[in-house]
Amino acid sequence: MPLTVNGAPVPLPDDPRVSLLDLLREQLHLTGTKKGCNQGACGACTVLVDGERIVSCLALAVQYDGRAITTVEGLVPKAAGEGGDLHPLQQAFIEHDGFQCGYCTPGQICSAVAMAAELERGLPSHVTPDLSADTVVPTREELAERMSGNLCRCGAHNGILDAIAATFIVDDPEPYRADRPLVTA
Amino acid sequence: MTPFRYARAADPGDAIARARDGSRYLGGGTNLVDLMRETVERPAALVDVTGLSSAIEETDEGGLLIGAGVRNTALAEHRAVRERYPMLARAILAGASAQIRNMATGGGNLLQRTRCTYFYDTAGSRCNKRVPGSGCDAIGGFNRIHAILGASEACVATHPSDMAVPLVALDAVLHLRGSDGARTLPVRELHRLPGDHPEIDTVLEPGELITAIELPALPMARNSTYRKVRDRSSYAFALVSIAAAIEVEGGTVKDVRLALGGVAHKPWHAARAEAALIGGPATAEAFAHAAAAEFADARPLRDNGFKVPLATRTITAVLADLAGVDA
Repeated sequence: MPLTVNGAPVPLPDDPRVSLLDLLREQLHLTGTKKGCNQGACGACTVLVDGERIVSCLALAVQYDGRAITTVEGLVPKAAGEGGDLHPLQQAFIEHDGFQCGYCTPGQICSAVAMAAELERGLPSHVTPDLSADTVVPTREELAERMSGNLCRCGAHNGILDAIAATFIVDDPEPYRADRPLVTA
Repeated sequence: MTPFRYARAADPGDAIARARDGSRYLGGGTNLVDLMRETVERPAALVDVTGLSSAIEETDEGGLLIGAGVRNTALAEHRAVRERYPMLARAILAGASAQIRNMATGGGNLLQRTRCTYFYDTAGSRCNKRVPGSGCDAIGGFNRIHAILGASEACVATHPSDMAVPLVALDAVLHLRGSDGARTLPVRELHRLPGDHPEIDTVLEPGELITAIELPALPMARNSTYRKVRDRSSYAFALVSIAAAIEVEGGTVKDVRLALGGVAHKPWHAARAEAALIGGPATAEAFAHAAAAEFADARPLRDNGFKVPLATRTITAVLADLAGVDA
């Protein structure tokens, strides 16, 4: 069974050395997914596998036989002949200065989309006070911890967290800038 | 990356039959793929075992049987782990990043290799773990992150796993299968000290496969935690880490479990500290005294002497928190 990328079936590479990242960029020319460190440390290559975030640089493409891959290009399904629609989180990155050079942005966005789903289902994190709680209070500390696998060398992390908060948690993140918590635990 | 063959195992028997000389089992690949890209590891074949067992089941004895293919995220998220073994959930959530926890398996986590920078530096450094007999550049080099307990003249690397530390504290048991059949092995006995053969990380036989991790029933583990001290607040390996559980009755330590990460070539069972504590008073003074006893034989290197007081204070603070006394 082939893997699918943004809904389209893709044959597996003949050479098992091909990473999922290189399959996406070099063979499918989906260059939205970025190669940063190529060793799992930066998160620029983050994509979704059946909705869960992974780093595609440490994934051998052959391991993902039969799985559904979503890249930044596939976050908003395109209507026939159309293009240019943005995911609400992409729009929020523009509005909240969630980037400077933009290299980490596709990974940040894919990562945050999956992170929002993790929050929704109550997955605890390293900073969650009560492991037995069914729901997670989405403080700014929680968002920062959950996004720690995505580095931004330009230092746009505050704008990134604002954009994520505005999209998934509160309508207006401005009062929650800097050190103040998004939601008081 | 050196060329290799790839096969997905249909079942444990198939995996073992495919595991010949020069092959390696593949879990999430988050460490092995990286090591292969750096040519530290050059397996001739990978046998993908991620599809074999990803169930978490209750045992008849009141513990949990965790398939070796369970992803780290799924293990930390499991309701029974969060409530009955919080030290394990906390350790997993303190490790790596969310993306890597989604990929990594329990079996692979245990068998990950050291992050000693000299081990990775194929171009410029000597390393007995990478090239046996070549020497160790960490001993006279930058060794701030290295071992203070159980090291040898051949190797001062530490084991990097967070998850393994609570498994040692809990005295979890591995279910193994090899060409000679099945056996069980306490996690405490899985990893070796380096001695003269730091290239050998564990006591597993060639081709032997971890099929499951069994947690014993341990009611006291409900009062347990994991504390990790590192150079940044997230996504970094431990300088020192502590997995601890304690049961106090009338001001006396009735039982205690303690294991340490970041201090040795294996996740360290702090048996001396446990022995010093059981039956004694549950006070910060007693906790500090027991922690100091654990490090009586510590042999710090040039740059890592800070780990002794850091670990001593962290043990004291964690036990005091769990026991509800002032540190």
